[in-house]
Amino acid sequence: MSEHAHPNYWKVYWWLLLLLAISIAGPELGIQWVTLITAFGIAIVKAYMVARNFMHVSIEPRFVTYMLVTMLVFMLLFFMAVAPDVMKETGSNWVKPAWIQENLAYEAGEIGDGAGH
Amino acid sequence: MAETISTHASHDEHHDPSFIWKYVFSTDHKMIAKQYMFTGMAMGLIGAFMAYAFRMQLAFPGMDVPLFGLVTPAVYNSLVTNHGTIMIFWVAMPVLIAAFGNFLIPLMLGCDDMVFPRINMLSYWIFLLSAVVLLTSFFVPGGAFGGAWTAYPPLSAKAEYSLTPLGSSIWVVAVGLEFIAFLLGGINFVTTAMNSRAPGMRLYDIPIVVWMIVIASILFMASVGPLLAGAAMLFMDQQVGTAFFDPNKGGDPILWQHLFWFFGHPEVYVVLLPALGITADVICTFSRKKLFAYRTVLMTTFATGVLSFTVWAHHQFVAGIDPRMANIFTITTLLISVPIAELCFVYIATLYGGSISLTTPMLWALSFIATFLIGGVTGIFLGASGADIYMHDTYFVLAHFHYTFYPIAIIGTFAGFTYWFPKMFGKMMDERLGKIHFWGSIIPFNAIFIPLFYLGVAGQHRRIFDFSNYPELATPEMQAIRIFATVSLLVMLAFQFVFFYNCIKSWMSKEKAPDNPWKANTLEWVAPTPPPHGNFKELPTVYRGPYEFSHPDRDEDYWPQNEPA
Amino acid sequence: MRPIANTRSVSGVPTARLAVWWVIASEIVIFGGILMSYLMHRLAHGLWADYASHTTTWVGALNTFVLLTSSLSAVLAHKCAVNGDGPGAAKRLLITAAGGLIFVVVKSFEWTYEISHGYTITTNTFWSFYYTAAGLHALHVIAGVVIMLIVAAAAKKGRDLHRVEIIGIYWHFVDLVWIFLFPLLYIAK
Repeated sequence: MSEHAHPNYWKVYWWLLLLLAISIAGPELGIQWVTLITAFGIAIVKAYMVARNFMHVSIEPRFVTYMLVTMLVFMLLFFMAVAPDVMKETGSNWVKPAWIQENLAYEAGEIGDGAGH
Repeated sequence: MAETISTHASHDEHHDPSFIWKYVFSTDHKMIAKQYMFTGMAMGLIGAFMAYAFRMQLAFPGMDVPLFGLVTPAVYNSLVTNHGTIMIFWVAMPVLIAAFGNFLIPLMLGCDDMVFPRINMLSYWIFLLSAVVLLTSFFVPGGAFGGAWTAYPPLSAKAEYSLTPLGSSIWVVAVGLEFIAFLLGGINFVTTAMNSRAPGMRLYDIPIVVWMIVIASILFMASVGPLLAGAAMLFMDQQVGTAFFDPNKGGDPILWQHLFWFFGHPEVYVVLLPALGITADVICTFSRKKLFAYRTVLMTTFATGVLSFTVWAHHQFVAGIDPRMANIFTITTLLISVPIAELCFVYIATLYGGSISLTTPMLWALSFIATFLIGGVTGIFLGASGADIYMHDTYFVLAHFHYTFYPIAIIGTFAGFTYWFPKMFGKMMDERLGKIHFWGSIIPFNAIFIPLFYLGVAGQHRRIFDFSNYPELATPEMQAIRIFATVSLLVMLAFQFVFFYNCIKSWMSKEKAPDNPWKANTLEWVAPTPPPHGNFKELPTVYRGPYEFSHPDRDEDYWPQNEPA
Repeated sequence: MRPIANTRSVSGVPTARLAVWWVIASEIVIFGGILMSYLMHRLAHGLWADYASHTTTWVGALNTFVLLTSSLSAVLAHKCAVNGDGPGAAKRLLITAAGGLIFVVVKSFEWTYEISHGYTITTNTFWSFYYTAAGLHALHVIAGVVIMLIVAAAAKKGRDLHRVEIIGIYWHFVDLVWIFLFPLLYIAK
């Protein structure tokens, strides 16, 4: 077992709960950028705090951080290379009939809760 | 700081275990290695038998295949599907990574076992379970899955298309279980290599084959995740009726392709690296020369590993991916040929000026370099999206990947097996039989696949069970080439009996092999032959690199790693 | 049973801990694969925000709270183990395991409610992702609870205390995945 100074785990915990509360309240305002920052930005902050303070990534040798970050980078790479295909409703000689219909119906307000875009 | 621990005195004193604990539920890495080796080779026989059946159908369409029966279209599809699946997941991976990795890593690093022996055993049993699960798919109603090893939906997702409602899901489950087995095994290998090296063994003193197997395990661990997720999604589509990949209900079949190939491409490097590693060790020993540029080999391998994550969509050039992505993937694919070519040059430079002995392992290793080069060069045509538009799904692709996979899975395996057989089984293999087996495999191998390049360029599609429906492909000349390839396969299969005879004869021979028959430097040759439980009488300390052959300061032309200066 | 190989640690990280970091690394790409696939769909379809509004945000938040609290007890268990307090570590691990079980129980009520209101795994692709991703996560929670109970049983007798930290790291990862799953699946606007 490694001898290391333990951060104040309870203090970290209360911060995490506070952040959780903000991340739920923020989206209630309905403003998109507020939602993005509070819901997802805070998720990233919480994840960092758990990794650093609970998982003690910061006192491990550097290569552990590099390993984990590399996996995240691969996921980003995956997203960037695949999104151009998956996020479209038509492409090189193909269409997604269900998507097209769905989007039309959504724009027209026929499905979904909102009134489309 | 020397660690003078002798292995058994310090931990459990145990008496000789019973048969079950020694041979079946063993936690000894050497026994687990042999379990993986035999299971992998047995599955190889099954995969080869499938190749026999479908090649007979291609050469003599519509005729009953001896020892098999009639190959109907559905049967043909499941044969080619399972041939590919078995050879990659149940032959190449267990033999190259799990068998050689398990056997060599603790021995070459100078320790007494893997760091987690029980997890090691668990990984084998999950692997064996996955093999059994796959084989049951042949006996269920509907038969085995026939949607190609790439399992593209909607063919693989909908029973109305695949006609194998049970077989498709069993296939997915078997592959998923195999992945879990190798994740468990891989963690063992990487942790052992990172933590358990002998005292004095710096990173650059590790034999290349260990580096390669460890990097391969890391590549596997980093790439298999999306496909595991995709397999779960495919299983849901098949059994529960979700529409992850069904474009008629809001899904995207290209997503599966990306999930599959994001893993599928690094996977080929996962199996390539161990074969490259085996080749490196063998050619150093039999040219009595140091590896030409050890650190460069390492850096190149790291670069290849990273690059291998950026090339996958070259398998999807004609699937309708965004053309801008196709441009990017063409560039990265052509780029990745550079480090691999460089590795081949390093091996040739290692051979240059060496004192070459053409033993059986050396013959296999040399032929690996030659045949893999052909495979690599033909890959360049396929990596360029423009040329690939014509070549995709033709036999050119098939010949290309057999010129890479066969060197990897067969040539690499035989190089390693003939080289380490003395250490694994305590007997020497018969050199004459070994050479007969070698020539009887290599010449027919080329005779099978070189003609297939021509057939591919002539437009012959893959995965067609009978070309008589395609008049332009059913010419007498093309059919003659198909027959020639099939006959060559029969010759090659016949020569494999020489190998099995050699194995049995050698294993049963009375003459014991010496501890270091090839006069090599690495630590596995220091252990007794065959190594006992615990491997070494005293765990070694390392003083130099693994390839100190023909050192000017020495009389002997080799210098074991554990000999003090 | 421990070979000498297990006791060496050339990399500077003790063997079991090094292994669990590799487990985490491979799990990142498993969850990453399914979550990236979900994210692409979610960003491409405005309609999915409407679908997501039918998830019960307060239940998701409750589960987030449960997992965060169980992460706290897990790291406090580690602190006990480091100080040699086996029974203290075991007690806190049991609290963590209880948190995991509460998570699964809450989820089963949540899913029962949703399924009975017509939101099944085949309702549409959003719900397919919802159940598959959260289900994959829940499987990892259950596996974690099982291992945790085994570690706690040994820790109570003062044995294998180093494993408390190991299962703790795994548990924190499970918590981390949920930290991202919660906004991805539940926050709709």
